[in-house]
Amino acid sequence: MKKMRQLLFILAMGLMSLGMNAQTALTGAGSTFVYPMMSKWAAQYHQLHPDIQINYQSIGSGGGIRQVSAGTVDFGATDGPMTDEQIAGSTVGKIMHIPLVMGADVPAYNIPGVSQELQFTPDVLAGIFLGKIANWNDPAIAKANPGANLPNQSIIVIHRSDGSGTTYIWTDYLTKVSKEWESAAGRGTSVKWPTGLGAKGNEGVAGMIRQMAGSIGYVELIYAQQNKIPYGRVKNSAGNFVAASVESVTAAAASAKIPADYRYSITNTAGKDAYPISGTTWALVPEHARDAAKGKIVVDFLQWVITDGQGMAPDLHYSKLPSDLVPRLQASLKTVK
Amino acid sequence: MAAHVEPLTSAPGRPKRGKRPVPARGFVQRLRLGDEAAHLITLIFAFMIILITVLLVFELWRNSELPRHKFGWSFLWGTNWDPVAGDFAALPFIYGTVVTSILALLLSVPVGLGAAIFLSEMAPRKISNFLTFLIELLAAVPSVIYGLLAIFVLVPILRTTQPVFARFFGWIPIFSGPFYGVSYFSASVVLAIMIVPFIVSVSREVLLAVPNQQREAMLALGATKWDCTWRAVVPYAKRGIIGSVFLALARALGETMAVTMVIGNVATISKSLFAPGYTIAAVIANEFTEATDNLYVQALIELALVLFIVTMIINALARLLIVTTTTKDVAQ
Repeated sequence: MKKMRQLLFILAMGLMSLGMNAQTALTGAGSTFVYPMMSKWAAQYHQLHPDIQINYQSIGSGGGIRQVSAGTVDFGATDGPMTDEQIAGSTVGKIMHIPLVMGADVPAYNIPGVSQELQFTPDVLAGIFLGKIANWNDPAIAKANPGANLPNQSIIVIHRSDGSGTTYIWTDYLTKVSKEWESAAGRGTSVKWPTGLGAKGNEGVAGMIRQMAGSIGYVELIYAQQNKIPYGRVKNSAGNFVAASVESVTAAAASAKIPADYRYSITNTAGKDAYPISGTTWALVPEHARDAAKGKIVVDFLQWVITDGQGMAPDLHYSKLPSDLVPRLQASLKTVK
Repeated sequence: MAAHVEPLTSAPGRPKRGKRPVPARGFVQRLRLGDEAAHLITLIFAFMIILITVLLVFELWRNSELPRHKFGWSFLWGTNWDPVAGDFAALPFIYGTVVTSILALLLSVPVGLGAAIFLSEMAPRKISNFLTFLIELLAAVPSVIYGLLAIFVLVPILRTTQPVFARFFGWIPIFSGPFYGVSYFSASVVLAIMIVPFIVSVSREVLLAVPNQQREAMLALGATKWDCTWRAVVPYAKRGIIGSVFLALARALGETMAVTMVIGNVATISKSLFAPGYTIAAVIANEFTEATDNLYVQALIELALVLFIVTMIINALARLLIVTTTTKDVAQ
């Protein structure tokens, strides 16, 4: 009887492991910005292909770049494209960038007595974040906002204390529109801020803006909308004050010149409806995957994401890729082995 | 006539006392009995702890090569932290760590020691046990919760009370300057709240362990209850109390999440306690995941090494303090 039970147990284990083998698990890691979208895609894809499980860890864009270069994950995700040195330092060969979705950074503020939408020019934003414009009733801000009742309140700047793709998009924009910013701080996921307090995560910045009167900070569009924090319009390079929205971000990408390796920036692009502080999240795929079978599944997943997956983006307040970019991406994905 | 009686030199039934020595237990016999095995196993465990510490320092040293070669000693006194330009220095973080920890101690030691004295000497035993149980629960609360409490409760309170304080004392340099709610002071208050339970529970145990003879002797000399407590019991327990203070300090030095939420995360050195600042643990927690290039990551690892050394130095000073004060004051 005991031997019979042991035999049955071993048989059951064997059958279970057979069942488990039918499941393939893909691992991805990287940007926190794209995490809500990636979770939804992974869940949907699993429903379409029940034997494929995609596991995405939002450890930050820097972590995503490191792990995909070291070969510990099957694909990465990042809000800032890899630099040439980072690509050279990869141990898994050449890594391809595939844009997934787009988003926007908005200047959110908390000014007592002002509930309307303010308008910001590039010079005003650079001046505020450099510490040059220190009070809300500064003439430069008043000039861009005729009729607004700006109080005599000092400006408290809030920025990110942790490294982040959101910071990358914001500093990329400021570097393009202000030479002074370029020499003072430059662009990066973490920079030396000339002024201001640091808070952790988009949530931290949003929380601090809500608490401090007279503060201004940058957050992803979704956070400002969900937390109902007033945010301003920004003047784009065509001279129009544009508010961030799913459509204005797509317009920004439509007018950008996108190179063959897909490492591009869509801040301050031309286009009359373009929102100037927009950014993209890329997937990082090794061109020659270590595990050929898994590599093929990654490619299939990404092909699905850039075509059928795009439809889910607007519900989560992300912007779809421009439609003329998709065929190029499909062709590039076909070259990945 | 006395009969010859054999002097009773050994218990009846035992062999006659002779010159044969009792053989000491041999190694193998000790091993079998468990003594030697216990000795060996506990020796290995103790050695492992030392080994882990040495390996930790070795790894920190090895993985901070790039900034050590690039900056050398100037890493310790430079003030510029610029990831984009690749320029790193530790002084603002060392300053923030030391300032918040010391201020936290100044705030928590009187409160903690006072509570411990009350719970051990003055409170009825039932109340003492119940309150101690509650205080020890506080020690188990995760630090993130303290951080959230600080942001949503403490910072607004400080923002309303600080202007009143600044009106009277704002001329003093350490209380000067604008106040945003997040500052060295806010971080120190949060740290003080977190470390008080450690001081209270350990000090109370130590005070309870003071032998009653000390109290009786003091009372017999005509001292009041408070005199007895302050002049006989507390000095006797000084070593343990100082030990508890340094245990609390160790927690304060390494505390990350609660501090980063309320310190403002600005890498500067300010003389005012109401200015925002940064600590080593906070900057590592904030920037480690996104630090992409090697110099940046290794600079953060070098900061960890600096924190380790600062902790060692403070512990060494603690030992020195115990040695010099205990031998003088307490009549042992």
